[in-house]
Amino acid sequence: MYHYDEYDRRFLEERVAQYRDQVRRRLAGQLSEDEFRSLRLMNGLYLQLHAYMLRISIPYGTLSSAKLRGLAEVARRWDKGYGHFTTRQNIQFNWIHLEDTPDILVHLATVELHGIQTSGNSFRNITTDPFAGVAADEIDDPRPYCEIVRQWSALHPEFSFLPRKFKIAINAASEDRAAVKIHDLGLNLRRNAAGEIGFEVLVGGGLGRTPILAQTVRDFVPRRELLAYITACLRVYNQYGRRDNLFKSRIKILVQSLGIEKYRAEVEDEYAAMGAERDALALPDAAVAAMQAQFAPPAYREAANDDAELRRAQAAEPEFARWIERNTRPHKQAGHAIVIVSLKPLGRPTGDCSASQMETVAELADTLSFGEVRVTHDQNLVLPHVRKSALYDLWLRLGAADLATPNIGLASDIIACPGLDYCSLATARSIPVAQALSRHLAEREVAIGPLQIKISGCINACGHHHVGHIGILGLEKNGAESYQITVGGSDSARAALGGIVGPAVAADEVTATVDRLVDTYLRLRRDGERFPDTYRRVGLAPFKEALYVAR
Amino acid sequence: MTDRVLKLVTGNRLHDGTVVYFAGSGAWTPQIDDARLVEDKDGAALLAEAQAGSPPHPAVGPALIEAVRDGRRIVPLMLRERIRAFGPTVAYRGD
Ligand code: SF4
Repeated sequence: MYHYDEYDRRFLEERVAQYRDQVRRRLAGQLSEDEFRSLRLMNGLYLQLHAYMLRISIPYGTLSSAKLRGLAEVARRWDKGYGHFTTRQNIQFNWIHLEDTPDILVHLATVELHGIQTSGNSFRNITTDPFAGVAADEIDDPRPYCEIVRQWSALHPEFSFLPRKFKIAINAASEDRAAVKIHDLGLNLRRNAAGEIGFEVLVGGGLGRTPILAQTVRDFVPRRELLAYITACLRVYNQYGRRDNLFKSRIKILVQSLGIEKYRAEVEDEYAAMGAERDALALPDAAVAAMQAQFAPPAYREAANDDAELRRAQAAEPEFARWIERNTRPHKQAGHAIVIVSLKPLGRPTGDCSASQMETVAELADTLSFGEVRVTHDQNLVLPHVRKSALYDLWLRLGAADLATPNIGLASDIIACPGLDYCSLATARSIPVAQALSRHLAEREVAIGPLQIKISGCINACGHHHVGHIGILGLEKNGAESYQITVGGSDSARAALGGIVGPAVAADEVTATVDRLVDTYLRLRRDGERFPDTYRRVGLAPFKEALYVAR
Repeated sequence: MTDRVLKLVTGNRLHDGTVVYFAGSGAWTPQIDDARLVEDKDGAALLAEAQAGSPPHPAVGPALIEAVRDGRRIVPLMLRERIRAFGPTVAYRGD
């Protein structure tokens, strides 16, 4: 894991000291809210419905047990004992007091965390595969590249006034677990025929009011040229992006209006003109190797890849067997497994985690996973390196903390944003809708198989509803909540935006509507087809019809 | 419940963000039932009164909202304001 150097530490110390003074002046009435707002936002502090909300960046979703304990302490000392993991691999605390925030930031700095660049027109947290470094289908560990890009982008002078926020995701496996196509800039790590590492560069993805999937600018940018090439991509955006219209300010609108060919031509012209600057930005192998050393795999003890004992335990306990099947994934290293810790127990707010649960996971990470934890963009946690021989014990201990619901990837593993229960931008609630759906569908979720339901409480689409197999968007109609439903979206390597199935429905009709859509899928699916596969084959019509007939 | 729509002023308390209501005479309260409730036509004057005073102002973002009286209780009209007044509609899992 990357650790702060002297420069990082001093920078954070100075920032917190400045911020402490800003808070003091705000509380003394020397700064108005208008003057203070951008200062607090620069440190991740929002004002939501009930209180201030602090968003803390978790770089590429990687946590140490020490960091997780640090977050647990924030939850316990300064909040109501819990936090909320978001779809951007960050964490939010909902009940923060302004007067406490300088102390909270000092505390977070001791575990190398902060809230900088979690708001405003800046580069946001760079996200990646939560199984980075351990996935069996990985080409190379994406985290060193995430950190290299993070350092390049952090407080970049030329790009500190971008037209709008900018989100980057990096994927390095054959499956896309980083949803690169819904990011402003997506990087797919590839190996060419000569065995060299490089990146497919995609731009212009994003959800929100205008959902668009990213398109490829270049198939293969050699690793050495990565920073120079994305500098060219950003420069074209920085120059032509719309600063006059908030709704048109993201790079996706620029790419859409220019067309990908024209945008690509602009980038290539810029890149050609960069000359010596390209050399200055070149990424030497030695620099990559030095960064890779920071993410060296842990010292795995040799473990036999003999699953006999595991199979015996599975045969004896069907519940354990189901958890193994749903909540573990193959690991690069023989005798090990990746474990997904479900933050979706039935009927609880998705992605919420109490202080004691965080401490339990930190403790389990120390004893069973080399002190490492990951955050997934679907709001669960991961223990990335668990010996197979420890899985049974782990399952028992997670279960005791209500963290072993065997539902990863199933209907009750819903993504939902905080919605109108917390968020000041919301038009409708998300969490109660998710709770009702997960309770209702849980009984038959094994029969249904993989199903991604994603819910957003407003058009900003933090819940990624456009790319849900079933997507739900909360709206407000004449003072009442209503929900627009889409089907067939996907954030996998074959990303797709869902199609709208009909007029928005009232809150109390959502469960029945989703039920009918699931029934329609089950009736039409062929062997082995997932929801988006069936949708691709049959189109929107049968789903619309099922709802129309019901009406 | 009377369905006559009345007005009150709400904001978030500066130092901790708590939802507060203007109670008149420079005072703010977390109890919505103690809010000063006025006729629609007097809303603008109430807001002006709530915004008066020298900084630091105790509430961030003072705004007029609509509410009705239900016996001794005051209930905001919009769901968003009811959630602000009475808390999230879902149980949370802190410890
Ligand atoms: S989608 Fe809307 S309601 Fe949900 S968290 Fe984002 S801004 Fe808030």
